[in-house]
Amino acid sequence: MNTFLTVLLEAKENPFSLITPDPGLAIWALIIFVILIVILGKFGFTPIATALKEREQHIADSLAQAEKARAEMALLTSKNEDLLNQAKEERNKILAEAREAAEKLKTDMLEKAQTESLKKMSDAFREIDTQKNAAIVEIKNTVGQMALKIAEQVIRKELHTHEAQKEFVDKLVKETNLN
Amino acid sequence: MLLLVSLMLMTPAANIKAEGSEAPKSTAYNPVPTIMHHIADSHEFDVLELFAIPLPCILYSSSTGVTTFIYHDGKEVSGYKCDEGAIHREDGAFFLDMSITKNVFTMLLAALILIVIFTSVAKAYKVNSGKAPKGLQSVIEPLFVFIRDEVAKPGIGPKYEGFMPYIMTIFFFILVLNLLGLLPIFPGGANVTGNIAFTMILAVVAFVVININGTSTYWGHIFWMPGVAIPMKIFLAIIEVIGLITKPVALMIRLFANMTAGHIIVLSLISLIFVFGEAGKSLPGTGLGAAIAVPFTLFISCIEVLVAFIQAFIFAMLTSVFIGMALEEGHGDGHAAEGHH
Repeated sequence: MNTFLTVLLEAKENPFSLITPDPGLAIWALIIFVILIVILGKFGFTPIATALKEREQHIADSLAQAEKARAEMALLTSKNEDLLNQAKEERNKILAEAREAAEKLKTDMLEKAQTESLKKMSDAFREIDTQKNAAIVEIKNTVGQMALKIAEQVIRKELHTHEAQKEFVDKLVKETNLN
Repeated sequence: MLLLVSLMLMTPAANIKAEGSEAPKSTAYNPVPTIMHHIADSHEFDVLELFAIPLPCILYSSSTGVTTFIYHDGKEVSGYKCDEGAIHREDGAFFLDMSITKNVFTMLLAALILIVIFTSVAKAYKVNSGKAPKGLQSVIEPLFVFIRDEVAKPGIGPKYEGFMPYIMTIFFFILVLNLLGLLPIFPGGANVTGNIAFTMILAVVAFVVININGTSTYWGHIFWMPGVAIPMKIFLAIIEVIGLITKPVALMIRLFANMTAGHIIVLSLISLIFVFGEAGKSLPGTGLGAAIAVPFTLFISCIEVLVAFIQAFIFAMLTSVFIGMALEEGHGDGHAAEGHH
């Protein structure tokens, strides 16, 4: 401890003492410090500070822009949704209309088909009736002719002998006489 | 590790040197001259104490004018004598020593390092404009932004931009010098920020910058404190005028004492090896000393790295705050009310 104090107290004798400022070093320090402030200020700190400020400004601007874009995007999306909803409604309406039209067409067609078929049926019935009547007349004729033929053949067979002819005539006469 | 090994390498030779001058009186090892030699300025730059790089001397005296020569121990040039890293004038007359000493050399080196770093970083901002920082730029940027946002802006206030070069130079110059001082080998090891002349100049510049920018409110508060009785005004004026001086003096002493103390602690711990080992005579003692000194030195060295940053930060911070105080304008009612307390 004593030696340390002695060193401190003997400072005056030592040009590089601990607590006596050395004027030469002080002058150098001043020169170097001031020049350093000027050089670093001009070529280092000021450009860096400007660049940093620009970048910070740029980032702030970009963020603001992004926020704005997001808001616009949201607006656009909601608009899109509206449009979509509108389109959906329209589609539904069109579909409903189309369905209705189809339904109507179907019923119309059906009705038309029914009337047509009815008409056709009635025509067919009438035709059948006519045909039937014609057939009946024909049958009657045919049956009459057949009966005549049969009667003729029966009569011919019955009256092929002399006696039979005579007997028949007699009979006819007898009957006629009665009338 | 490198730091420790270098420190250990450094000291034996230093010890021999110290013994040469002090040993005859007692057999006990005296570490003080070694320590004082290491924290003082010198005309030689020791490299691990193995050899010393001689530095140029520039001397002026009224009788012989300017003398320049390269330092060499024992050399005598026109009335100057080189002795143990210092220069004496044989007739004892005053002379101005403007030599490139160890500290001046280190200051020039630090200035060069800073100029190279900051011009290249400024260039990187131009090349990399609008992009994320990279390389050296991304090392400097956080420090720069920290000093700007946490020191200059809150300390100085809205007019901080004009003081940026000054505050930034304080911080980075002190920081680089502190860190260079922690390096045990050339080109580090010079105790510039622990030199009273250097811190005095920083304090003088701070004093000038603070008071040149003083507003009328600032001077009014110093010489004629508003809102107090006249005897109190006179009393406060005396205190405030003293305060003008004590602020920079506190800056000067704080940096000087902290950095010198750090160097002394590290050197003292290393000296333990030689104190325990009785200057190399006792091997077990040397071993014990090393066992104690190495972990402690490692610990203190880590703390010193922290201190290097903290002291640079504190100097910049306090300078900013003092400038901010000097810049303060009176603000109406608030100030009047403050005065009436």
